[in-house]
Amino acid sequence: MVAQTLAKPAAVPTGTRRPGRRHRRESAAGLLFVSPAILMLMLFMLVPILMAFWVSLTRWTGQGSPFTSGVPFAGGTNYADLFARNGLERQDFMTSVRNILYYVLLVVPLQTALALGMALVVNRRRLKGKSFFRTAFYFPSVTSSVAISIVFLFMFTGGGAINAVLSVFGIRGPAWFSDADGIVHLIVSRLGGSAPGVLVNHGLLGLSWWDWLSGPSVAMCAIIALVVWTTSGTFMLMFLAALQDIPVEVDEAALLDGVNRRQRLRYVILPMLRPTMFLVVTLGLIGSWQVFDQIYIMSQGGPGKTTLSPAYVSYAAGFQDQNFPAGAAMSFVLFAIIVLMTVGQRWLLRDRDAARERRAARRGWRA
Amino acid sequence: MRSRRRVGALIGGGLLLVGALIFLYPFVIQIASSFKSESDAAADPLSPIPHPATVANSFAKLFNGSTDFPLWTFNSLVVTLFVTGGRVLLDSLAGYALARLRFPGRKLLFAGVIAVMAVPPVVLLIPKFLVLNQIGIYDTYSAMVLPLLADAAGIFIMKQFFESIPVSVEEAARIDGAGPFRMYWSVVLPMAKPALITLTILSFQGSWNEFTNVLVAVQNPNLYTLPRGLADLVSGSLGAGTQYPLKLSAALLATIPVAVVFVLFQRHFVRGGNEGVDK
Repeated sequence: MVAQTLAKPAAVPTGTRRPGRRHRRESAAGLLFVSPAILMLMLFMLVPILMAFWVSLTRWTGQGSPFTSGVPFAGGTNYADLFARNGLERQDFMTSVRNILYYVLLVVPLQTALALGMALVVNRRRLKGKSFFRTAFYFPSVTSSVAISIVFLFMFTGGGAINAVLSVFGIRGPAWFSDADGIVHLIVSRLGGSAPGVLVNHGLLGLSWWDWLSGPSVAMCAIIALVVWTTSGTFMLMFLAALQDIPVEVDEAALLDGVNRRQRLRYVILPMLRPTMFLVVTLGLIGSWQVFDQIYIMSQGGPGKTTLSPAYVSYAAGFQDQNFPAGAAMSFVLFAIIVLMTVGQRWLLRDRDAARERRAARRGWRA
Repeated sequence: MRSRRRVGALIGGGLLLVGALIFLYPFVIQIASSFKSESDAAADPLSPIPHPATVANSFAKLFNGSTDFPLWTFNSLVVTLFVTGGRVLLDSLAGYALARLRFPGRKLLFAGVIAVMAVPPVVLLIPKFLVLNQIGIYDTYSAMVLPLLADAAGIFIMKQFFESIPVSVEEAARIDGAGPFRMYWSVVLPMAKPALITLTILSFQGSWNEFTNVLVAVQNPNLYTLPRGLADLVSGSLGAGTQYPLKLSAALLATIPVAVVFVLFQRHFVRGGNEGVDK
């Protein structure tokens, strides 16, 4: 060390030029290092998006290259067809939107509540075998979505494990994946009602009000069960991390104040988990809109199109009906929805982080 | 008061056990049914014990030519190997450059990486197919591997890690005259072992389970990976009967590698999961 500090002054005369050369060398190395990864990102993220956007503006039939002058330009008609023209595209797309709204409505609260509950239980100080339970709850999240869908498909067959369990309680289970009845429709008919004419004869965007209000189909409920089962483990880990970040002093102060366990949960723990709760809910929202693998394996959108999801409709339009422009347009609508949610989440989170930092800074000043 | 607490703890423990059972029993059913005959699997789906224990009947079927299971396994191994190796190399190079090297456009590129992380993979199904088709690698091994090398989250993880290494280490090496590549290869990379292990494991799990890419990248059955092959079994390439024991045993074997890695390296999964969240 001493030798180096002593050696430095001797290098001063050339030192003014050296950093320049080193800087150039560093720049070159930097560009060289990032270029393979950036090239891949451009080629398989950016370029595909641009190409698909172009295709969504044409009437390409899947024959030959879509980037030749012979391909008819369609402008925004593929997008307009999804919202304004009464046709199969709009019917299917809006059905998928209806399905996904019910799916989100059930999946997000269920997985959040389950994840929170599991985290609270696993986090108990005196729990024996903590790591076993954590592993058990988390394991489904890391397995292959295809493999696990096969297991659930088997469990939800008419004479399968789920119905065997239900029969223990005297319930005759449905034929899950061939039951297109919506839950709300089932409840209404169980109560002796029938479809009101007003709702059947009027509608929005190609679907009657009665269809919009069907609720998730029985088949969709099976998929919801699978997804909640696989994803809640991941979210449990986020809650666990947050629980472990709660300062011990806070807990001790609460204990000294003589709060009971319910009060402790309500007034101490839950408020401190709010940022994580926000994260889990928004990540759940963003993830739910993307459901695809499970639907491809378990139901292919059936029965009666009640498990179509936007991603699956877009895939099917392209690869089954060779209508790539319509499929691409659907992808972009889905993309816009998800990006809006992501941007909203990041914006809200940033705001919150900034506020927390300001508060922390103030506290720091006072101390 | 104390006894009430005891009862509460007991109820809590009981609930926990029931919960763990619900989470694990599907796997029990899967394993048991893999060893059952088709009629037994249908008649008694809940029982964890195969009744006439058909000794590994369906497993034998997977390998005797009734399915292409060995071929799918081979393809999955090839894809996983190349994707994991490629990601570790590309992500660590890019992560190092973004964390430590000063070059024009660095901030912009990093912002681009962050932006790309928000792109949901399912909207890329048709777009990816268009590119693979256009550059002429549709229906090849390259089409199964190259798109998966675009891994913004991995670059992010590596960058974060390199930033946590004290600069003084590199200063010392720089004084010794190490150039950027030697610095990366023999100074920084050895220190990044924990992050590299995390990245390797996440890439392994991700590419072994990968389904959507292989779905749009190939159509030749000789190129199917395990997830694609399993999907094919379900959609009825088997012919007669539902053959659930066969499907379940195939799914079981496809799950085992990830399960083993998960049990051995669990904390890396946890870290990777939380890392992705902090973006």
